[in-house]
Parts: sequence; structure tokens; C-alpha cells
Amino acid sequence: MSIITARAVKKTYVAGDVEVEAIRGVDFDIPAGSFAAFVGPSGSGKSTLLNMIGCLDRPTGGTLEVAGTDVGGFTPKQAAAFRATTIGFIFQDFNLLPVLTVYENIEYPLVMVQKRPADERRKRIAALLEDIGMADQAGKLPSQLSGGQKQRVAVARALVGSPQVVLADEPTANLDTATAHRIIDLMRRMRDEFGTTFIFSTHDPKVMAEAETTFELEDGRLTRTTQEASHV
Amino acid sequence: MFSVLKIATRNLMRYRRRTLLTALLITVGVMAVLLFVSVSGSFKAMMVGQITDSMLGHVQVHRKGYVASIDSLPLNLNLKPGAVAKVEKALKDIPGVAASSPRVKFGAMFSNFTETTNIRLNAVTPDREAATVPLLPKRISEGTVEEGLVAKGKILIPALLAKGMKVGIGDTVVLVATNRDGSVNGRTFVVQGVLDAISGPGGRDGTIHIDDARTLLRMSEGEISEIAVRVSDVGAVNRVTAALETALGGETNQQGKPVFEVHGWEKLSPFASIARMIDLLTLFVQVILVAIVLVSVMNVMMMAVFERIREIGTIAAIGTPPGTILALFLTEGVLLGIVGAVIGTAASLIAIAGINAAQLTFQFGQQDNLPLHAATNPGSIALISAIVIGVAVFGSLQPAWRASRMDPNTALRHV
Repeated sequence: MSIITARAVKKTYVAGDVEVEAIRGVDFDIPAGSFAAFVGPSGSGKSTLLNMIGCLDRPTGGTLEVAGTDVGGFTPKQAAAFRATTIGFIFQDFNLLPVLTVYENIEYPLVMVQKRPADERRKRIAALLEDIGMADQAGKLPSQLSGGQKQRVAVARALVGSPQVVLADEPTANLDTATAHRIIDLMRRMRDEFGTTFIFSTHDPKVMAEAETTFELEDGRLTRTTQEASHV
Repeated sequence: MFSVLKIATRNLMRYRRRTLLTALLITVGVMAVLLFVSVSGSFKAMMVGQITDSMLGHVQVHRKGYVASIDSLPLNLNLKPGAVAKVEKALKDIPGVAASSPRVKFGAMFSNFTETTNIRLNAVTPDREAATVPLLPKRISEGTVEEGLVAKGKILIPALLAKGMKVGIGDTVVLVATNRDGSVNGRTFVVQGVLDAISGPGGRDGTIHIDDARTLLRMSEGEISEIAVRVSDVGAVNRVTAALETALGGETNQQGKPVFEVHGWEKLSPFASIARMIDLLTLFVQVILVAIVLVSVMNVMMMAVFERIREIGTIAAIGTPPGTILALFLTEGVLLGIVGAVIGTAASLIAIAGINAAQLTFQFGQQDNLPLHAATNPGSIALISAIVIGVAVFGSLQPAWRASRMDPNTALRHV
């Protein structure tokens, strides 16, 4: 069963009198629980596609369904509410809140967005901190962490609200190769544990190889879809 | 709410120097306003007290048209005994009237047997006058208080006249006055005391007993020029004035015109305009405070929003509702206002205690060594604090609104 369904999805930006077609009518399906990647060079449309799946941007044509909901017509308020319950984000620059500790950064979506009770929050965060191997770093501020540690915290923050889809835009771009692999391993392990669909964008060939399904993009068009044999 | 407060506090502490400078600016503003309000308010209250308690009283009742002609002290505009009785009855019925004093005011020639000059006189019933203007006995700088204020056959003369005419305590002087029929009469008085002059109407008048005035002016009946009224609470002056106007307003003469006119002290003393000026200055200082808080808080919050665009994008992407983002930034601004207001108030109270401990004095008119007593009240503190916090909210509103409406996609791409 597909958790993402795209049919003839287009995205056109207007800059003054000039129209720029970022996505030129793409069709794809991503099954639930996938570990998928959009790959391609800069400007190919990876981030735009990820933003539309994450309801940060709206398609200008076609239909895009996420978790069974057509997200194309969302108002900003509806989009925010949908993201709060359905989607988690991992950013290239980690984007942790610098004034909050590791624990508080992971707790943020549960307190400020989902308003979960304190007891439930404590249990959930303790389990996640164990999963990402940072139980002893819970009181540290982001400024006291390495890049890899920050991205592990970001993975935990993305997963804490039990989203159906986690979107990671170039999650390893600011990490060395070894750390990048550890982060990909962590994400895959989390996928296996929670059944969450992970979709990331990358142009790093080493990271591409880790994905089970890859969608290759070029100039806003989907040029090739590759699936690991076990997922065909 | 706790989380919003926690994040807002930590964000403020993140830019510690900027936060401290802004809080300091607000603190200085609050201090300046509270000190100004406390000192000017006390100065105003003291001056009003000096004027009303030394000569004017809080309210005066005259025959209609008297105040317009008060410079010539017209005897033909005195109140007849029947009218006086009506005023006395009205005063008894109005709550908040502490005392009243009937007065005969007139001009006379003052002679020390070698020189002659003019004098304005205030003829009073001593005990009622002392109760209505309790600071008047204290103005007697030489001589003593007799029979409550001034004894029959004696006179309290203004200091300038005593000096100019070289008259001292116990000297005999002659007062010559023209009554309203035009006939002239004279009488000797013994100088009982010298009155310090004060600024304003009546501040350089002499004082005699009301019975002496009636004899001198050959009044056949107990007519008077004015009735001065003291109210128990200065804040009730307008209420008592209005009540008197209502009570006496229905009295008309044979031509159907009103018999009485009632004035609060503000209508009778030029100092009222100075008091109004003090109020205006207070308002002006408060406006400056509003400007300081508005500009500083708005500047800090605009900077905060600009510097944290990617953070705003992140929390918006996570799904933080716009209302929560608005609350986060608004809370930062409000916290700045609260911190400034609290520290400013505490510092002001210390400064006020310091001013009072230093026992500073000032001069007003002929009066010297008046103590400068700074005092504030919970009402002023609450008002200033409310202004600061309200303006802090207002100053944060635009940046907070901008943050809450930010497109997360655009914000995340901000460099």
C-alpha cells in the first residue's frame, strides 16, 4: 500500500515575468515503511519534491496524496496541523533549537505541538535516547555536541511524535562519511523498529547506495526508479 | 504556557548583553518617570496645601459677580445675613465639609502716624478661620496667636508692610476705611503679629477680627464678603463644589438672577495653572517612557525575529501552530517589560528613600526650607508598570506577528 502517491505533479515558480518549472509532471508511488531516496544533482527538484510531500510547499499541478490525504489544497493552518501529526523532518543543518537541551529538543514536538502528557513524554523520550545512544547526553546543549550527535538528536526529534513519514533533506551533507553511514544506519534501524517511512534527498553516491528505493531526478523530471531486489 | 515561558526566557538570556542593555534602558525610564511623578506630585500636593491651607481654603462662596470685581474688594457685593444663613445651612448638609469661615474683605488706609499706605484686609472669626486655613497661624513669624488667631482690637500685618512702615509688635496703627455709603471711619489697632507673605491672592493681606471690621465699616447687619470652605479630603473639592452649586443654584434675586457663585481653589489661584503644567509635564515624561520602551522592545524583537528566521522555519515545519510562535515572541517582549518595570520600581523606591533621607529643602515664593518629600503610591506604580508592560506587548506584536505568519519553506531557506 502506497503512503505517497504522486500523479502528474508539477511545481512552477514565478519570478517576476519568468516562470521556472521546478517539477515537470512526475508520477511515483512510495510504499509505507520504505527507505527511499530522491537523488540527482543540485537544482534537479529533490528538495522541491520533498517540500511538497512535507506540506511546506504546494504543487501547482497534478495530485499528491500523503498518507491517504490530498495535500495539494491545504491552507497553511491545515498544512501545519497535518505536519504536526503525520510528518517528521530531519534537516541538513540539524536545526536543533540552540536554547534547548538534547532532551528538550526531542521533547519539543510533544509539548508544543502534540501536547502529550508528561508521563508519556518521559517514557517515549527515554526510549528514543536509548535507541540513538545518547541517554547520557540528555542535558547537553546542541553547542556541546558533534555534528553526528546533533543529527542523531534530530532523528529522535523527527520520530518522537510517531509520524508516518520522516523527510530528510540531505541529512548527511554536513557529516563525514563514517558518521553519515552511522546516521543512515540509525534511520534504517528506526524504520525497522517503528515502521516509519523514511524519504530523503541526497546527491551523495555513497548514501544513494544505502536506499532501498531511489528516484532519480533531472531538470524536474523523474528519469529512473531503482529498487533493491528484495523490494521489487 | 510554562514551556513558552521557559523558551522565551532562555532566548532572552541567549543574547545576554542585548537583553541587559534593553532592560537597563527600560529600568532607567521607569526610574525617571517614578522619581519625577513622586517628587512633582509631592511638590504639587505641598504647594496646593500651602495655598489652600494658608489663605484660600478649598472652596469659596461669594455673591454673584464678586470674584470678577475682587481686585476692588467691593462692599456692595457682600452677602446679606439671610444669604449667609442659606450657605451655612447648605454646608451643614453636604458631607465632606470639614470647616468654613465667613470673611469680610475690604481695603483701607494704614497709618503709623507718620506715614500712610494702602492695605487689603481680611476680617475673620478667629477660631473658624484657623480651622478652615490651619496653616495661617503658622505664618505669624513675629508676635503670637491670640484668641485662636487674632484678638479684637489687634491686627496681623503683612511682613512687607511691617518692614516698609517700620512697624513692630505692640505698636499702635490707624486703619481708615470707607464704607459702602461713602462715609469714612477710622480706628486704632495694636499690632499683634507679622504675617509672612505667600504667593497668590490674599497672600499679602492683613488680618483683623470680623467684629472690628463691622465696627470700622459701620455695618448695621452681619454681612460678609465670602465664605471659605475646607473639605476633609482634597480629592473631594470638585464634588463639594458641585454639591454647593446644586444646593445654592436655585437661589435667585428679584430679577431672577442667581444670588451665589461657588469656586474651587483652582478657579481662584494662578497656581492652578502651574499645577496643570506639572500634570502636563508628568504626561510628557510618561510619553517619553512609552517611546523608550516601544523603540527598545520593538528593536530587540525585530532583531530577534530576523536572527532566528531559520529557527522559526524549523518550529513551523515541525508543526508549531502560528499562535504558539506568536506567543513565544510576545512573551519575550513582555518579559523584557516586566523585568524593566520591576527593577525600575525597586530602584525608584530606593532612590525615593534616599531623597527623603537626605532631607532636601526648597524655596517657594517667600517661603524657604520647605521639605522636599518624595512619595509614590501603589496606584502610580501600578499605572507606570501597566504602561511599560502594555507598550512592551504592543512593541512585540508586529515582530511576533511577522514570525507567526512566516512561510516555513522560505524561512528554512533563509541564509
